[in-house]
Amino acid sequence: MDSAEEKPAAVIYAMENKPIVTCAGDQALFTSLYTSLAQQLPREPMEWRRTYGRAPKMIHLEANFVQFKEELLPKDGTKALLTFPFLHIYWTDCCDSEAYRSSVKEDVSRWQSSLRSHGSADWLIIVVDGGDARKKNKSNILPRSSIVDKIRGDFCNKQNDRCVVLSDPLKDSSRSQESWNSLLLKLRTLLLMSFTKNLGRFEDDMRTLREKRTQPGWSFCEYFMVQEELAFVFEMLQQFEDALVQYDELDALFTQYVLNFGAGDAAKWLGSFCSPVLNWSGLLLRRPIDMEKRNAIQRGSASLLDMRSYLFSRQCTLLIFLQRPWEVTHRALELLHNCVQELRLLEVPVLEGALDCWVFLSCLEVLHRIESCCDRAQLAANSSHTVGLWAYATDKLKSLGQLCGLVSRTGPTSEDLNRTVDLLAGLGDERPETASSLQSPYKKLKEALSSVEAFERHYLELCQAAMEMYRAIGRLRSARLLGKSLAEYYMSKGEPEQAEALLAEALRSYVCEGWSFPVTHTRKQMGECQKLLGRSVDSLQTSALLAGDTNLTTEERTRFCGDVLNYAGEPVEQGGAASAKASLDMGAFARLTRIRFRPDGATVHSGAALQVELTLRCLMPAAVRADELAVGIHLDAEHASKGGAQGRGLPGTVDFEAAVSPAGRPASLSAGPPPEMDEAHDRSPSDDSLSSAGVVCKNAHLVIRRHDSGSPQDAPRTPRGHAAPIGAAPATPVALKEGARMLTGRRIALEPGDNSVVLTAPSDEPGTYTLRQLSVTLGNVNFVLPHIYPSVQYHVYSQEPQLTVQPLAEPLLAGLPQTVKFTLLTGHYAVRKGDALQLSNSDGMPVLANAGCTARISNSGAAVSESALSVQSSDKVTSISLPPAPPYHALEFHLEVLCLIPSGPERTADERLTNGEVRHRPRSYSHPDTAMSAIDQKMSIDCPWSIYSTLLTLTFHIPFKTEHSLLSAGNRKFIRVCVHNVSDSDFTLAHVKLAEKNGPRQDGRRRASLEMRSLNATAEQLLCSKRSVHCLWEATCKEDLPSSLECVFSASFCPRRPRHAAAFQLFHYNFLLDKVPTLYSVRANMLPLAGERHCRSGSLCGLEVVIARLAEPAEGQPDVDGGGTDADGLGGSKVLYEVADSSSNWAVCGRSSGLVSMPSSGSWAHKVHIEVMPLFAGHLPFPKIKVLKYLPHNVNTIQPDADSQVENDSLSLLDKTLDDATADTASVRSRGSVQSLGEQQHRGVALPRLDPFSPGQVFNHSHARQVLVLPANDDHIVEVHAT
Amino acid sequence: MAVCIAVIAKENYPLYIRSVPTQNELKFHYTVHTSLDVVEEKISAVGKSLGDQRELYLGLLYPTEDYKVYGYVTNSKVKFVIVVDSSNTSLRDNEIRSMFRKLHNSFTDVMCNPFHTPGNPIQSKAFDEVVSGMLAQST
Repeated sequence: MDSAEEKPAAVIYAMENKPIVTCAGDQALFTSLYTSLAQQLPREPMEWRRTYGRAPKMIHLEANFVQFKEELLPKDGTKALLTFPFLHIYWTDCCDSEAYRSSVKEDVSRWQSSLRSHGSADWLIIVVDGGDARKKNKSNILPRSSIVDKIRGDFCNKQNDRCVVLSDPLKDSSRSQESWNSLLLKLRTLLLMSFTKNLGRFEDDMRTLREKRTQPGWSFCEYFMVQEELAFVFEMLQQFEDALVQYDELDALFTQYVLNFGAGDAAKWLGSFCSPVLNWSGLLLRRPIDMEKRNAIQRGSASLLDMRSYLFSRQCTLLIFLQRPWEVTHRALELLHNCVQELRLLEVPVLEGALDCWVFLSCLEVLHRIESCCDRAQLAANSSHTVGLWAYATDKLKSLGQLCGLVSRTGPTSEDLNRTVDLLAGLGDERPETASSLQSPYKKLKEALSSVEAFERHYLELCQAAMEMYRAIGRLRSARLLGKSLAEYYMSKGEPEQAEALLAEALRSYVCEGWSFPVTHTRKQMGECQKLLGRSVDSLQTSALLAGDTNLTTEERTRFCGDVLNYAGEPVEQGGAASAKASLDMGAFARLTRIRFRPDGATVHSGAALQVELTLRCLMPAAVRADELAVGIHLDAEHASKGGAQGRGLPGTVDFEAAVSPAGRPASLSAGPPPEMDEAHDRSPSDDSLSSAGVVCKNAHLVIRRHDSGSPQDAPRTPRGHAAPIGAAPATPVALKEGARMLTGRRIALEPGDNSVVLTAPSDEPGTYTLRQLSVTLGNVNFVLPHIYPSVQYHVYSQEPQLTVQPLAEPLLAGLPQTVKFTLLTGHYAVRKGDALQLSNSDGMPVLANAGCTARISNSGAAVSESALSVQSSDKVTSISLPPAPPYHALEFHLEVLCLIPSGPERTADERLTNGEVRHRPRSYSHPDTAMSAIDQKMSIDCPWSIYSTLLTLTFHIPFKTEHSLLSAGNRKFIRVCVHNVSDSDFTLAHVKLAEKNGPRQDGRRRASLEMRSLNATAEQLLCSKRSVHCLWEATCKEDLPSSLECVFSASFCPRRPRHAAAFQLFHYNFLLDKVPTLYSVRANMLPLAGERHCRSGSLCGLEVVIARLAEPAEGQPDVDGGGTDADGLGGSKVLYEVADSSSNWAVCGRSSGLVSMPSSGSWAHKVHIEVMPLFAGHLPFPKIKVLKYLPHNVNTIQPDADSQVENDSLSLLDKTLDDATADTASVRSRGSVQSLGEQQHRGVALPRLDPFSPGQVFNHSHARQVLVLPANDDHIVEVHAT
Repeated sequence: MAVCIAVIAKENYPLYIRSVPTQNELKFHYTVHTSLDVVEEKISAVGKSLGDQRELYLGLLYPTEDYKVYGYVTNSKVKFVIVVDSSNTSLRDNEIRSMFRKLHNSFTDVMCNPFHTPGNPIQSKAFDEVVSGMLAQST
């Protein structure tokens, strides 16, 4: 009500405004109902349907009820919406028709006419039906409806809904509530209708106005005011979104005009905005509406900044209503950037620095505004939205500082001070809103510009805040960039200590991420900083890095290179710290790209020449003369033996990957070192057999190591000021270990680009040498590569002399001179003149010394020299004098040896060799592959380099295999010898001889009369490979032949094919013949049946066997049993004969065997008659007659008579059984006899024995004789045998 | 159009960077490098919400007084950054998008070259020409 009295428009704060509703009629009545009406109206939302397809909205309606006055009604042409009465209400509680007719009707019609005259159709008549009123004037009471009907009839021409009854408004009854609700609903509906209608009309007007913008004389400011009115109304209706849209549209329109201006399409009205900027007091966001600026806009006197500031302040207010503070910050940043651009575009003259002031103030103002509406936690969580403003403010403050001379070491000049005064003047006076605040942006800026110290304080504060925020949200790169900018500030202030850590951090991140341009730039700054700090080594390192930086011009690089060289060239003063020796990282100076060994294998024997070629890519822009180039080596002697001459092949050339990888990729990001794979063998220690094999990664510790994951987030966050100085960042170069082994080269000129440096590597001690560090010394400067990676190694091995003897041709044949090859690998031993090999001779294998023996000295296959070799043989020792040979050479010579073929089982007493070794008897054995028997010949050689003898074994093969046999013909004896050639070569055999062995005999006598009559060809005989030669002799003796004969077969042989060179070699074969003389002769005769000329099959014939003794067993014959019987004198020896036919030609009828005892001496013959029956016809061989020696079981215990009886009995018994079994065949019988004999053996405790005679002792005259058998007379059966 | 175009490897080292006014090259390096902060922020934010269904175009990374920096990230986390002069207001989002698309296509061609080692700086004439085309239109 109160506000209604004031004139609007003066102080408008849209939020406090409500749509105006006028009230006419009974003021008292209205006043009584006002409170509940104002309360209840906004209680329920109402859906507002919009035109132009805008989404419907639910709104809570409020209203400002004011008394109706004529002047409230809008005049024609005014577009003000805020003061526009949207609804007019007439209140009456008239229930008296009289009263109605007299006053109310008139009043209403007057009210209506005034409304109509202003074209307002939004009205409502409320009739209050109050109980009290009715009571007062009871007489004239008409039904309430009649009054309402009257009013409706009078005024609501077809608009019945324009008249509403409110019943008992002050009572708390359901009826009252109901009527209230319907009233409120009506009120809301009508209000909304009015809004829709009036706003729609307004918008249409506005649009029309906007369409006129191309017409001359159109003013943006006027339009602005119109559209803002709409915005105000939306704001009034709490439709902030819609209000914001209005401002955004204005913003866009304005921007478009500015852009068009830039494009040459200048609107006239824009001219006012192009006036020079005189005030840069920044945004003002604390007031809901900056009337000052609004008025300026209305007047058309606003500057661009005013316009922008006002627009933004409105947007900001609305956004904060909308709870979108973070959008404010974004828009603010955008706005600030945009304003700067627009002023530039419009070419508005601005005092230098004024914009910076404006931006700075605006940033802080926005931040303050945001802070004021958010709590701390919210701010912290959303620093990503505010940090941009912080950084922007920092940046601007810094540039202001630079402008006003607050950054320099000397402080501001008078010119700077003038400028400062001008800038401060443009700020104007402090706004009343912030006058009380101690930290207002205005005060801050003023203070900062007032003094160097204050500036520093404010600048650092801002800077730190921004950096902290960047860090907090993980924008480390931005933080570092800001830090770098801070460092620049410190540098210009002359405080390099503060700058160093910041620069270092930034540099590290650039290096880490491989941004070469920033690296170069930051490094240059770093270099200056280090120079100021007097860190000579660090600065030197930086200079060296810069000298090799291809991003710089050659002049710059040369200058930095000069810095390094100057330092290097300074004479070392008396311990002056200034020019002490500086150790720098090699990476700055040169890159090791390749190491190559000559010879290629990187493996040499000790003492050999080994050269290492280093390829260094020098990064300096000019040629540099290095005083010394050294490579530190580490010797690992333990691996020496393992490496050996044939050790694992080491790479002869090592390329370093880091140098090969492209420049763009930062070393820290390449995926670590490549794995170095190698085979691994696990051999069992006892027998060196392979127990497992696998693959190992030799640099697993490097490959598996956790990498810094490249992104700077993970980089260690060193607290500011505590970071390591950058000079030391790439690991403090390790100085070469003093006293370590080194490869050095002096005075080496290194040109830019690849340089090849050849160094000689030490190889005196055996072992594995690892190249560890590389250092290049330039005067006082020492560039060190602390660790050569991948590791580069070379082997130096030392080898013991080795002597091997190998046959020149396989196999070695015994009995012939064979050539063997001696190979001596000298190893570390130098063969001096006079050194000789001492071979202990063995009897079985003499060394054949021949004069023309030469030794060939070679070095890894290439012949070096040849020299004669002298071989001296004595009985025991063969001495070979070696020609002098240098170490690690091979010495070869051939020697002929002869292995004698062992002839017999003769055993000589053990004897020692000359050198004390036990003589090894040649061992003869049969080779599994060839049929040849082999002989292992051991040699013992004394070498000059060792106190131990070398034992070697040669295997010889005997080319022949010899067999003998004894043949008899009656009493005549023949000896046959078969020589079988089992070797692969052909031989000629000659001088075949057989003789009785001349050795000592058992009886001590010699049988001179024994004669071996040769039945062989006298000429030489060819003995081809795998063929045999048979030789035959008849042994005759004047006396009786001896029972045993020891014979020696001898023959000369020589290889057939190189016939000329070979002499005949003698070959012996000893053998012993036993039981030579013939003791018995057996003669058999077949007697056909009487009267028959021939035997006939199926009929019995007689077989007459005569066994005769030819000679007595010789005395002393090793026939012990026989001797025993003789000694008893019991009728001499007994002979068992047996006739058996194995081929089933004959059936033996009657007794088939029998025992014949014969007198002990003298010739004797016994005739036996046996009946046999031929089973087939034809020429049948005689049945076999076997004669066996019969030996009584035990002479001492059993009576020989009884024995013989038993024998006879058994035989007769045997015969009986044979007779009983009529149809049995001979074989069955013979088997039966055997059985019975066996049974008897079982039965008897002691049994007689049967012994066969040896082949020469019984001569069977009828052996292989045949007899003609005629077929049986009744030959029904013809048997045909086809065999 | 653009004043600087950069291609940055997954590991954040530059594969390619070229700018129009050569005297400001260093500044662009710094700008592009710093923009990686926002790229990473955006990538991780997108990764959280949408998984693999993500838009390659990252939009405006951050504006400065003079330049606008736009970002784009391929599925293999190679980043493209285009810096546009702030005064060049005629450029719409769509045009920036199409520039990125063109850049991506050309980059794909470079990657398809069997003689190109992925991870090495891009030294391709065709790519150079495409970039030149984008840079040249602004002058």
